[in-house]
Amino acid sequence: MKNLKPILRSLGIGLAVIAVIIIYAFGFQVTKVNLDETRNPRRQQQLTRILRALAKPDLLTYEKEEVIVTQQFMVPCPDGGFTTPDVDRSGPYITIEPACADPRSMVTVKGFNFQPNSSGPIAFIPTSQVNLGVGDFEADANGEFTTEIRIPARPDSAVQTIRTITRTNVGAPKISKTAVDTWDKIVETVFLALLATTLGTLFAIPLSFIAAKNLMKDVKSPLISIALNLLLIPLGIFVGIQLSNYGSQIADLISRSVVGNIAGLVIAPAIAVPLVRWALPQAELTRPSPKTRILRTLGLIVSVLIGILGLQFLAKIVIQLGDFLAPKLGSFTFLGTFISDMGDILGMSIVVITAALAAGIFSSIGDRTGKLITSHVNKPAAKALSMLLSMLAGALLAVLVMQSLNWFYEFDNLAVTIYWPAVIGGAIGLVTSVRMAPKDDLPVGIVLYYIARTVFNALRSIEALVWVIVFVVWVGIGPFAGVLALSLHTIAALAKLYSEQVESILPGPMEAVTATGANRLQSIVYAVVPQIIPPYISFTMYRWDINVRMSTIIGFAGGGGIGFLLYQNINLLNYRGASLQMLAIALVVASMDYLSSRLREKAI
Amino acid sequence: MLKVQNLTKQYEGGVQALRDVSFEVPKGQFLAVIGLSGSGKSTLLRCINRLVEPTGGKIFWNDVDVTAASEEDMRFIRRKIGMVFQHFNLVARSSVLTNVLAGRLGYVNPFWSLINKFPKSDYDKAMHELGRVSIADKAQYRADELSGGQQQRVGIARAMMQDPEMILADEPVASLDPVLAHSIMAYLEQINQEEGVTVLCSLHFLDLVHRYADRVIALNEGRLVFDGLPQEIDDQKFKDIYGRDAERVG
Repeated sequence: MKNLKPILRSLGIGLAVIAVIIIYAFGFQVTKVNLDETRNPRRQQQLTRILRALAKPDLLTYEKEEVIVTQQFMVPCPDGGFTTPDVDRSGPYITIEPACADPRSMVTVKGFNFQPNSSGPIAFIPTSQVNLGVGDFEADANGEFTTEIRIPARPDSAVQTIRTITRTNVGAPKISKTAVDTWDKIVETVFLALLATTLGTLFAIPLSFIAAKNLMKDVKSPLISIALNLLLIPLGIFVGIQLSNYGSQIADLISRSVVGNIAGLVIAPAIAVPLVRWALPQAELTRPSPKTRILRTLGLIVSVLIGILGLQFLAKIVIQLGDFLAPKLGSFTFLGTFISDMGDILGMSIVVITAALAAGIFSSIGDRTGKLITSHVNKPAAKALSMLLSMLAGALLAVLVMQSLNWFYEFDNLAVTIYWPAVIGGAIGLVTSVRMAPKDDLPVGIVLYYIARTVFNALRSIEALVWVIVFVVWVGIGPFAGVLALSLHTIAALAKLYSEQVESILPGPMEAVTATGANRLQSIVYAVVPQIIPPYISFTMYRWDINVRMSTIIGFAGGGGIGFLLYQNINLLNYRGASLQMLAIALVVASMDYLSSRLREKAI
Repeated sequence: MLKVQNLTKQYEGGVQALRDVSFEVPKGQFLAVIGLSGSGKSTLLRCINRLVEPTGGKIFWNDVDVTAASEEDMRFIRRKIGMVFQHFNLVARSSVLTNVLAGRLGYVNPFWSLINKFPKSDYDKAMHELGRVSIADKAQYRADELSGGQQQRVGIARAMMQDPEMILADEPVASLDPVLAHSIMAYLEQINQEEGVTVLCSLHFLDLVHRYADRVIALNEGRLVFDGLPQEIDDQKFKDIYGRDAERVG
């Protein structure tokens, strides 16, 4: 028995080795490893050609000078024989021996006074002026050569010609056309990546806080507040969109004349700013009375409305300014277009801003009301209210979810999209509220955290290459589609990286700032934000670098940038062009690496 | 006046940090909290401003039930209770001035503070508080450029920005050398005597307790095992607080 164990062990090892061999053998078969091909001379030759082409990026070209030397020749020899006419012997010239010959016979061509070491083709030019290549020559260090050529089967009674051409580089090297195109496209690529990174960063920063566990795990809310929020936030979004539409109409009406527009632009902030200052006093030494608080809230809402109107004016006047400037700026037209586009973006964002603001205001009202109910109303009443509200909230949430699914799957069946979800959602809300005391806090933060993480993971696992196809359908082939696709991917990737930075901050400062009485937002701004600035900068720069490299891929799918050019050149077997484009990408990536390290040094 | 009644804290995972702790602190007292590491001193201090949520018992401060206060009420309670930490807990990359101004966050409107806008009077107050701990000249330095003792002085200035009626000091001198320890304790004493601010300070060294505290409470495994004057801690009491095998060094 004692000897069995080592034997079993050796057997086990032997089996493991065999298993590994089988796994790798299968791997070789699946990946079609073919060593014969690597030794195939034809393939090796092609490889050499491509590698040599890649090693010579198509950056510079020269002006070419052609030197053409001709000599008369007859095929076949005429009856009286043929003598070569005298040629000018001061420049390059050729002699042919014999001076005439039969078709397919060999003759000797000698060249004199050529450029030392120059080379070129030798051609036979019949009377039809067709160029028949018959060989090449290479002059020696004295500019002389001797070579044999075979006369083609072109008998003629007239005098024909033998010609040599030498091409030499003259003058200074010039930037090739490929280089100019590459420059254009690499600039496009850098800016494409810049816009995508900027857009992605703008969205990723706020989202990263939601996806940070340490910030979210303490966010809890009683059921009533959650139910009120679920009911009021959609209402808030709806009201916000309506308000911004009204605002837009009013602004349209007033801004027909430039004077009205400018007046609006001046008057709106003149009212809104003092109102905000009154409604949001800088410091509260004593707790304000409920009456003052309501008045202040009203003041705030009014100033927000006026502010939105002011933004509408601003958007309109900026568009007008841009359109007015664009044709007058000559080669800086793009600045005018940019101003006009900014106005347009502002106009489009107003809807979103208003909806978000209204949702925020409604949500905070819901929060306060919920907390008021739980602390001031007696228990049975609170319970009843909580049951009613949770039922409604559950029903609304389920209906909204099914409505958005309906947009994708087109059920178009009221039972599926409204009735059943309302009943089931209401039932779930009711059961939850029955089982929970109204005062119990639910971990909303963690739920939001998981939702955010899931969405990011889903977005991130779909490559930008796929998104570009979607956006090409929406906005057409070109760099704009690439910007949108890369932005989407950037949001998901950066939000994840950022949130992990937030999770790894030191908790001490957060604790200290919370202890001063700061609310959650204040503690984030004063304790979290300073700690995450350096990693955010380096991640953003790295993402820009990734986006530059990704834009080579999305160019393949119509997303603009240098990838398009690279793809074309590879398909056209223009490896010297492709090589230049790869070189350009490498240079950009390297310089961004340098830039980001410098920026980081400054920020830490 | 701070009243702690039957305070109990059990952490998730079952660690019992505080068991039925009750005591009162009259206004203006300098109370030292002593006990071994892990005896519940930090938890006790953090329960008072609810950085740690107690699992049982009540805390009354100026007759307001802190344990039942809503999130919004806590803002008004916390801003009157300054806190000083063992590891200073400054925001390393922010300037000293910003760190001190952060003490005012409970007072200023959240909206304005988000865009880093404080009233002029707060800037003056910040400079005044920095002057009190004699580092007004460092206001524009980054917090992590300061030495340990200087950082703790910034911590005290931050607490004083709150116009506190009470300061919770969680082992404020444990990461400092003895000379610096006395200078920091002297600032706390000055604040306690000149401004009448109640101080609850957890300490490791008994000589500091004798030198600065009006009264001592001691915790052992979450239980209150001593409540009295510093000079009442004799060898028997010492063994009750720190365990049989402990030896007095100071």
